[in-house]
Amino acid sequence: MTERELRAFIDVVTRYFDDVTSIPAEMGVPFVKEQAAVLLDLTGLIGISGARRGGIYVTAPRAMLAALAAVILGTDAVEDEDILDMVGELANTIAGNMRATFGSTFMISVPIVVEGKPDDIHLRLKPPVFVIPIRWNGHNCYLSVGLE
Amino acid sequence: MRLLIVDDSNIMRKAIEKYLRRFSFELVGTARNGREALDLFRRHQPDFVTLDITMPELDGLACLTEMRSDRPQTRILVISALSDPMTGLEAVKRGANGFLSKPFTAEALATEVEQILQRGAEGAT
Repeated sequence: MTERELRAFIDVVTRYFDDVTSIPAEMGVPFVKEQAAVLLDLTGLIGISGARRGGIYVTAPRAMLAALAAVILGTDAVEDEDILDMVGELANTIAGNMRATFGSTFMISVPIVVEGKPDDIHLRLKPPVFVIPIRWNGHNCYLSVGLE
Repeated sequence: MRLLIVDDSNIMRKAIEKYLRRFSFELVGTARNGREALDLFRRHQPDFVTLDITMPELDGLACLTEMRSDRPQTRILVISALSDPMTGLEAVKRGANGFLSKPFTAEALATEVEQILQRGAEGAT
């Protein structure tokens, strides 16, 4: 992945939080993760096919996803189903928005949402896997990108 | 006007429903994939549909073609995270009345819906 592509991912995430919540996200310095995946409470995984292959995932704590869902729905009465769904929708939106950079041959799957720390999730991504730290509204989450 | 909301994301279905409360729509159904959407579409004959693209079973673009063939007068707004120009163009070629990129705000959705309804009213006169 090129520096320009990595920058495009950062721009998409930054714009997402600006547009949806009006609370800016702080982006950390990306790093390459060789072995074990960075995983928090819930993870939304998108498979990538077409001209590029691999995947991306967003992993986040429940509290952050609940806070994000509360902003979108305009209520604190967020259900567990909303929290699970939120991480998938976040991953879907980031991956879909990247078609502005990669073009329409960047094919994205429907999101797969996983809880906990499955061993094989890192294998869905093609190395090298770049991890982008994100801090929003006092919460830390991570975007991992591994594309051929 | 009868409204059908189609999106595989539960939270997006809820958000769209909430954001559209300012309009005098009667919500006749929500669907989480293209097959469910077509079933509800044929049963309820909605006047307005919000339609996601990336969905399991049958995607939104295939669904759009079927809906447009079944009921040409229905207003269809495609709402998708697929933000490349070709996707929007393809949706319009298949008969979408509008295209809105995710993420979106309540105001952006309302503006798009108002424009579609306005164009429909002008076309009817």
